[in-house]
Amino acid sequence: MQAPTVPTFQNALDRARHVAHRLPRRLWRSLAAGALTLCLAACQQPPDWKLTDVSGHMPDLQFSLTSDSGTPITEAAFKGDITLVFFGYTNCPDVCPETMARLSQVMQQLGADAKHVRIAFISVDPHRDTPAILHAYVHAFDAEHAVGLTGSDKAIANLARRYRVAYELGKPGPDGNYEVDHSAAIYIFDGQSHIRLMATDNDSAEVLVHDLRLLVANAT
Amino acid sequence: MTPRTLLAVTLLCSAGLIGLSLAPSAQAASDAAASTAATQLSVSNGWVRWLPNGLPEAGYLSIANNGEQAIDLLGASSPDFGNVMLHQSIGNGSTMRMIMVDKLTIPAHGKVDIAPGGYHLMLMAATHPIAPGATVQVVLKFSDGKTLTTVLPVRSAGGQ
Repeated sequence: MQAPTVPTFQNALDRARHVAHRLPRRLWRSLAAGALTLCLAACQQPPDWKLTDVSGHMPDLQFSLTSDSGTPITEAAFKGDITLVFFGYTNCPDVCPETMARLSQVMQQLGADAKHVRIAFISVDPHRDTPAILHAYVHAFDAEHAVGLTGSDKAIANLARRYRVAYELGKPGPDGNYEVDHSAAIYIFDGQSHIRLMATDNDSAEVLVHDLRLLVANAT
Repeated sequence: MTPRTLLAVTLLCSAGLIGLSLAPSAQAASDAAASTAATQLSVSNGWVRWLPNGLPEAGYLSIANNGEQAIDLLGASSPDFGNVMLHQSIGNGSTMRMIMVDKLTIPAHGKVDIAPGGYHLMLMAATHPIAPGATVQVVLKFSDGKTLTTVLPVRSAGGQ
């Protein structure tokens, strides 16, 4: 039996030389210029982020949860889009709505660039935050770009651990209501699900818009 | 406006019109006291953030104290909500938590902002459906025994 022919590196190099010989000088020059441009693009300073650059410091976006429409959803649903992940709960009247309102402002300010950006609101209170409640909640802020995600206690706990999100359910009061202490950070993933930036509740809509525009420009 | 406050206001107006210096009823007396407090305390920038599903909503406002004495905000109630509490969001490193606040001091010639990310009135158990564009009434109770009634516009979830 004859072994299949596998192109070796040497073959490839020979072929490249052969092609190079036949290239007119002018084309050579433009190729060199192109290579230089590519190198300049690749070797230039990283963008002037206003948020915290956490590239490579956290795992890629990965989850298996339930969307606010009640169907199973994974990170694949966000592939190709920049995703702003925020952990919160709907019974939180101050910080969570303020953050969601800021993110909806960001979307408005992004204009045409907003079509490349999504908001994922992940509930850390899955017992009270049913898909239907989450649906009405995220739609109250941004029906076009926001998705509410919930899941089992274990799935939420694992995801929170993956991004070092601390949350703790408080003791229920006489009316059964309870608070949830939680991280107010916004995790920003690129279209390949890689973590890129982190924002806090101190970062303004303008700062977020600035960095998201850079991310969109880099991706397109 | 509830029928009771409407009555009180009507009584107060009548009292003013006919030039009575004495309040004609106990209810009007407490409202007269509120107007005294109002000469020292004034409320501005008030609003409520609407949320769907009857979720707890946050009320925001600024209180200015033009008096010579510091005054504490001790409580709040509303005919539109079963329960009103003063809460504070506190950032603890990367984690946010909410704590209940017993009193909030408004310094003499000072002002406090009950604003997003800090203090907020937690409005729970709405007594009737509330939608953006509506108004809700909040009664603030102070350490000098006086109350101040204010009307807050309800904005959308996005705060607009």
